[in-house]
Amino acid sequence: MNKKVVILDYEMGNLFSVKNAFLSFGVETTISSDKAVIAAADAVILPGVGAFGQAMDNLRRLDLVETFSNFCKSGKPVLGICLGLQLLFNESEEFGNSKGLGLVPGTVKKFDQGSDMDLKVPHIGWNEISRVNRTNTDMLQGIDKDAMYFVHSYYVMPESADAVLTTTNYDGFIFCSSIQINNIFACQFHPEKSGKKGLNIFMNWYDKFVK
Amino acid sequence: MNKRIIARLDIKGDNLVKGIHLEGLRVLGKPEDYARYYYESGADELMFMDVVASLYNRNSLQDIISRVAREIFIPLTVGGGLRNIDDIRMALRSGADKVSLNTAAVANKHFVSEASRIFGSSNIVACIEAIKQPDGSYLAYTDNAREHTGLEVVKWARELQELGAGEIIITSVDNEGTGQGYDLELIRQVSAAVSIPVIAHGGAGKLEHLKDLFNDTNVDAVAVASMLHYNRSQMDINPSAFNKEGNIAFLMSGTGFSKFDTTSIPAMKEYLSSEGVHCRI
Repeated sequence: MNKKVVILDYEMGNLFSVKNAFLSFGVETTISSDKAVIAAADAVILPGVGAFGQAMDNLRRLDLVETFSNFCKSGKPVLGICLGLQLLFNESEEFGNSKGLGLVPGTVKKFDQGSDMDLKVPHIGWNEISRVNRTNTDMLQGIDKDAMYFVHSYYVMPESADAVLTTTNYDGFIFCSSIQINNIFACQFHPEKSGKKGLNIFMNWYDKFVK
Repeated sequence: MNKRIIARLDIKGDNLVKGIHLEGLRVLGKPEDYARYYYESGADELMFMDVVASLYNRNSLQDIISRVAREIFIPLTVGGGLRNIDDIRMALRSGADKVSLNTAAVANKHFVSEASRIFGSSNIVACIEAIKQPDGSYLAYTDNAREHTGLEVVKWARELQELGAGEIIITSVDNEGTGQGYDLELIRQVSAAVSIPVIAHGGAGKLEHLKDLFNDTNVDAVAVASMLHYNRSQMDINPSAFNKEGNIAFLMSGTGFSKFDTTSIPAMKEYLSSEGVHCRI
């Protein structure tokens, strides 16, 4: 039987594309902002596109901070996507400083458009993800230096290098493009927009962590 | 960073169409068939433009997008006739990842800043239709280049960036649909003026044109229509399927279009890679 996978709806971004992506390999998900539904889930997905501060405001307004934090601490599988990755961290530089959920130690920083780096921001487009040297790489089964779709102006800096699952090189600037720490997997890229290889990442998460 | 190949689908009613200088639209087929085909063959993104939406004051892409979004897992941009925040919200809810704005942005600049504040810059693509003036300068137009705005293109591009646009798509109306190559000067000027990604549109007829575009300008992506569509349009033709809107004489003739080397996305990417342009293969 299908496990109960809930896509947390906090009014940020295109939730239906994540739902459609899971449906493409036969997994039903529930989009919800109901605390009881989230607490009773087998796994939770935190998606998100948009501004960090606005996202935290929405989570607070919907009274979901504690529910989601408790779910993370329960040890059940959590998947964060894009802004959903960044929100897990302590704080972000976006629009002054915004406090995050503080579930993963580290910060969120803006791509530097200084004189030595000529990066276009936002970082939009397909870029390769590279494995770092770690033992558990179940999440990356079938993935080898494949390009994924990114859309973001900020990147995460985990305190512990052990949290990093992949890095990505943006025209010479290397940043952390996904993390895996205990029951949490989260990625800066959008698997739901990264074609078949992106779907492969979702399938890995479902097969290895949820099922 | 990989250069993006975006398949651009101009839509009129239920049909995929293609014009020249954004005018003289001919029906080529069903957008869903083309979208699926381009996804399967490795397009990096799809861009849907309701090319007559501003003219007819309508916005009818929702159904097509919500169908396509169920089976296609690459970024989808929707444009044409988006006039207010609710239109954008509807487009994103139907499954679009980004929206492109032109007419409404020119009419009200605050619309761009408001949209990027609410939905995030990276979801807002500003569209500029440029026409070269006799003195060599470029001016921006709207409504498929029917309406003059008086805005100077490079200045307008910078302003759009300031207002919060996350990307700019620059169309050379003079070259669009002609297959004569890109207006490299225009694209060079725009991509040098801003620090957000720029998408070039309008002019490709041969693979060399794409190579020149990426080698001679700092552009990040290209939106291609004719070269891909005219290749696909010769595959399966059922004229009886198109009875609602548009001119199908071209499609019925079953011919290609001599100004275009028709090609597929894999062939295009392979060629560009062999010429040193980094693409996702």
